[in-house]
Amino acid sequence: MYPDERVARFINEHFVPVKIDIKEHPEIFSRFGAQWTPTLILLDPEGKERYRFEGYLPAEDFLAQLEFGLAKTAFAREQLDEAERLFRDVAQKYPKSDVAPESLYWAAVSKYKASHDPAPLKQVAQDLKQQYPESSWAKKSSVWAA
Amino acid sequence: MTIQWRKDVDAALNEGRTKNLPVLLDFSAAPM
Repeated sequence: MYPDERVARFINEHFVPVKIDIKEHPEIFSRFGAQWTPTLILLDPEGKERYRFEGYLPAEDFLAQLEFGLAKTAFAREQLDEAERLFRDVAQKYPKSDVAPESLYWAAVSKYKASHDPAPLKQVAQDLKQQYPESSWAKKSSVWAA
Repeated sequence: MTIQWRKDVDAALNEGRTKNLPVLLDFSAAPM
């Protein structure tokens, strides 16, 4: 995925990227609890882990994971408007990625937490049932559909 | 375009704090 121009640009623009080789620095693997390669860990600016994923992915799915990680970071830092926008971006730009249904779910949760209006939860339950009926996120949101 | 990989984790954490940017750690078995 790294030879992909979009991936390189996205990483340079949005992160301070660090590459760690297991043979050179096994102690850093232990420090962050990495158990497999590749493992990608996203830390917020205060150094707190907010997201990780393991295993090789094609460029499109890799980008979806990185953008999803940024959305999770904003959510964890209570930047709810920004989190909602980022989650919706992921779902819109990468509708076939694994994280698309989860992004819709968390976009609705972000909006709910910011507004205390339950309407987005009901809506996302319907959307997930329609768009991603087999996903676990459709099941998780089904409780809001009634 | 090439990725501007850093090698020092603690320096990168300081940089992230200073620039208010998240830090991406890539643990790999392959040489850089």
